Amino acid sequence: MGVLELVEETPQAKSIVLEPRDWPGHRAGQHVDVRLTAPDGYQAQRSYSIASAPEDDHLVLTVQRLADGEVSPYLLDVLGPGDELELRGPIGGYFVWEESLGGPLLLIAGGSGIAPFRSVLRHGVAAHSSIPVRLVYSARSLAEVIYREELMRLADHDGVDVRFTLTREWPEDWTGHRGRIDRELLQDVSWPPSEQPRIYICGPSAFVEAAANTLVGSGHDPSRIRTERFGPTGT
Amino acid sequence: MTPVSRGFFGRRRPVADPSRVPPGQYVTADFPVLSAGPTPHTPLDEWSFTIQGEVAEPVSWPWDEFRALPSETVTVDIHCVTKWTKLDTTWTGVSIDTLLEGVDTSAEYLTAWSDGGYTTNLALEDVTDGKAWVAHEFGGELLEPEHGGPARLLVPHLYFWKSAKWVRGLTFTADDEPGFWETYGYHNHGDPWLEQRYQGD
Repeated sequence: MGVLELVEETPQAKSIVLEPRDWPGHRAGQHVDVRLTAPDGYQAQRSYSIASAPEDDHLVLTVQRLADGEVSPYLLDVLGPGDELELRGPIGGYFVWEESLGGPLLLIAGGSGIAPFRSVLRHGVAAHSSIPVRLVYSARSLAEVIYREELMRLADHDGVDVRFTLTREWPEDWTGHRGRIDRELLQDVSWPPSEQPRIYICGPSAFVEAAANTLVGSGHDPSRIRTERFGPTGT
Repeated sequence: MTPVSRGFFGRRRPVADPSRVPPGQYVTADFPVLSAGPTPHTPLDEWSFTIQGEVAEPVSWPWDEFRALPSETVTVDIHCVTKWTKLDTTWTGVSIDTLLEGVDTSAEYLTAWSDGGYTTNLALEDVTDGKAWVAHEFGGELLEPEHGGPARLLVPHLYFWKSAKWVRGLTFTADDEPGFWETYGYHNHGDPWLEQRYQGD
């Protein structure tokens, strides 16, 4: 697919805007495999969530830099408009949301785990969904919040609620939550288990593990919780 | 022909033996986690391992009896469809051959099923003759819940989603019935050396 544009989202993350070509369409929450090929035939592949809605004109992938990475530094530092990017997908049929799956919908994102939820939120708006949705997004600092302005705009829609928590540093006048996602925050944000929210969690593995365990411990039905994890566990 | 990615040369890390790394995979020292839902935490006194379905006589072992079965310690390479490969992982568990010793079946397929509702399908020939285990230790320690404990299937010659975490039993089936990821677009067999990642590979 042809690269149209790269948009700097944070100092460590960019969105790659692609011109869909031979693209069968996707469902909100799905991912693609990106494959890079060196002149000697060596290849490296990685998976990235699709950040654009099925209704959008362009396909968008948001890539966060992995300090010791092989693919993300290339995508952030070398790839440019006019280049070709080899994609495979869409992939994954479980970590998806569409209106027929119902709600209310609770989305919990850690770091660049926000990417598939941008697709879900934009899809909800484009499809004129009446299902209430709440997003909790954990980032290290305000500067590391991806799609910050767009998320604020999405929160202006009826039935869409967006909450940030900052875990490492925050502005002096920060009125949002401070610190990691915990039981108190989740109970404050979530619908009670009796309302059977559909819950999606995406982020680094330890983040997902903690959030899912907390929600199950609070009485949410594990079968209503879908997870997508990335990165090492450190164990 | 795959086009070359302009300006990409790769940052190949030296691997002791490249012949152990299937196509499209990279070697990691970490142990990443992939799962579709929350981690189940089944108490051991409620845990059992069951073989059922198209068998003459179902059989089930509670945790203590399961742990008393002869176990093997194996060192194998594992390959996840999300592209990571981890070399020389050491597991202790009960060979499927041991579990099937007293089981009478003519079925050629089975579904492994887990706490939390996960399933994956396998051909009998892919789990017998020393090719698969129900592992309860990793690296000499009890297997942690996040990595599938108390016990997970270990089928190292297939992509790791076939090595069902939190496994509780095998159901023999007359026909090959796609499991969880196999229903969601992943390959039915999942041989990493043939790069059978997704349907159609």
